[in-house]
Amino acid sequence: METLLQQTVNGLVVGSVYALIALGYTMVYGILGLINFAHGDVLMVGALVALTVVQLLQTHAPDLGPVLTLLVSLGVSMLVCMIMGYTIERLAYRRLRNAPRLAPLITAIGVSFLLQTLAMIIWGRNYHTFPQLVSTMPLQPVAGVFITPVQITILVVSALLMVGLVLLVNKTRLGRAMRATAENHKVASLMGVDTNKIIASTFIIGSALAAVAGVMFSSNYGIAHYAMGFMPGLKAFTAAVLGGIGNLAGAMLGGLVLGLVESIGAGYIEDMSFGFLNSSYQDIFAFIILGVVLIFRPTGLLGERVSDRA
Amino acid sequence: MNELALAIPYLGKNNPKAARWVVLLIALVAPMIAISFGRSWVRILDFAMLYVLLAIGLNLVVGFAGLLDLGYIAFYAVGAYTFAFLGSPHFDIHLPFWIVLPMGAAAAALAGIILGLPTLRLRGDYLAIVTLGFGEIIRIFMNNLNYPINITNGPQGINGIDPLVLFGWDLSRPIPVTDDFIINPLFLYYYAFLICVAGAIVLVQRLQVSRIGRAWAAIRDDELAAKAIGINTRNMKLLAFSLGATFGGVSGGLFAAFQGFVSPESFSLMESIAVLTMIVFGGMGNLAGVIVGALLLSALPEVLRHVAIPIQQALFNDVLLDPEVLRMLLLSLAMIFMMLLRPAGMIPAHSRYSRPELLGQEAVK
Repeated sequence: METLLQQTVNGLVVGSVYALIALGYTMVYGILGLINFAHGDVLMVGALVALTVVQLLQTHAPDLGPVLTLLVSLGVSMLVCMIMGYTIERLAYRRLRNAPRLAPLITAIGVSFLLQTLAMIIWGRNYHTFPQLVSTMPLQPVAGVFITPVQITILVVSALLMVGLVLLVNKTRLGRAMRATAENHKVASLMGVDTNKIIASTFIIGSALAAVAGVMFSSNYGIAHYAMGFMPGLKAFTAAVLGGIGNLAGAMLGGLVLGLVESIGAGYIEDMSFGFLNSSYQDIFAFIILGVVLIFRPTGLLGERVSDRA
Repeated sequence: MNELALAIPYLGKNNPKAARWVVLLIALVAPMIAISFGRSWVRILDFAMLYVLLAIGLNLVVGFAGLLDLGYIAFYAVGAYTFAFLGSPHFDIHLPFWIVLPMGAAAAALAGIILGLPTLRLRGDYLAIVTLGFGEIIRIFMNNLNYPINITNGPQGINGIDPLVLFGWDLSRPIPVTDDFIINPLFLYYYAFLICVAGAIVLVQRLQVSRIGRAWAAIRDDELAAKAIGINTRNMKLLAFSLGATFGGVSGGLFAAFQGFVSPESFSLMESIAVLTMIVFGGMGNLAGVIVGALLLSALPEVLRHVAIPIQQALFNDVLLDPEVLRMLLLSLAMIFMMLLRPAGMIPAHSRYSRPELLGQEAVK
């Protein structure tokens, strides 16, 4: 029972990170119908930029204190990722908006690998330890469940960001324009919406969320690496599909469900498979879920779109 | 080899017959030219042939049927590991090549069907992401299935795989002709692979002008319309996908026999991307383009090793970018810029197979 509770807490933490990344996928998919394969790598760049800024601050301004250091580095990495997200959209995707559908997908894969290679050149191939600015020491256990300050921070920050995003999309002018563009580009632009600007801002918002997710991911696991974006990216996409791609609430729900399934599954996989599989197989759960969802409910939990359109 | 011959500038248009002989001649003498640069170049040629086979297979999926497969190397891995299981001291099974290779191909095809069945009725994007995930799963299994029962031997991989033995003739043994003239096994493997490639080319060309090939083209161009004219799109897509996987399985088996060992390292995502870049670069859907792309890009790492290091040393007195990184950089840039500037590739596919009047001629001949 304690394992179950403990894994539930862990799952919620990981799941909220997945949810943040999944939002980026789902927003871009909702508006462009494009799987932005580079999204996971934006997360990686966010984490590595934050790492560099933290290291700089720690050597040049050691009396800043951990909270300010983290906030400054988070701000810088969000800014870098927003610029990067915009650049990627402007240079790589915009020209292909009316191309056959294979072309932007291949470009997206190319962008993803380009980012990884550039990161490998800048930051090297090695795993970097990410400084623990928020403590990862578990607090006093409640009902036998350990939770660390960094996990609490992750839960709070991602909840705030998700609420903020929902408000932005549902209550503001920009949000209304985004929804209109997702519904129909042409009609939206006839109504005076500058669709190019809206699409660019979608990428910028998604990249900022990815940067935050990257910093949280690295703070939680204590590492940063040039290829770290691949797995969370793939899983977050699974989360987006699970929730119903194109649907914001779905992405959040999907992220949480995926995080829970994965960490509870990892806790019990050894018993379930009679000792044959161990926790190094935990990455498989995401794909099993993806497979099951695609077979039985391709529109996802909350999806309303018809997904069979070529 | 019509398309290949036509790809030769000038001669291809004016005298296709001569061009065809030229292609054949180049293919036959290539290793003899390569040996004068050193034995490692013959080895590169051997690998280039395997890449050509892979590229032809992936082209079936991506170029003909328009399905983006990002985990293609997983089928290569399935073929290679099947070969390793059934023909190595690892389980002490040594089945003959004629049984092992078809088994590998069948295993890969089965994997393709299992993977394709749930995803192929959906939008193509899902297939891309599912295949990406499949590539990763296969790698996780290859790395971890050494416990509690040792199946794949984990990250160390499987050693001592049986070489190709055709009719009792071991290809891995050098043939001494005279005292100072010995035919190297690298040559033998080259010609064995060349035969496979030639077979694949013939098969794929016949397929492309067949009813199936036309159905694929129709699906690629407009799935809804294809469905409307009575094509069973799901089955046709599944056929393309599993046939592509079969090609991957066959080349995987050949790879295992040639290399003598397999390990998860050879089947990274980067390899899938490399094969995809080959066909994007050469020209999706065009056999000649795909083959040229595979030949050019499979030589790339070696060329970079010989060119990029000396240049960097001369310029900066140091190797700033090692060839492996440079290769990734070039491949990703190639993918982006080809899509932006020349989406049809270096040798674009001509649309004659979608035009019935030309198709008739082609089929009659």
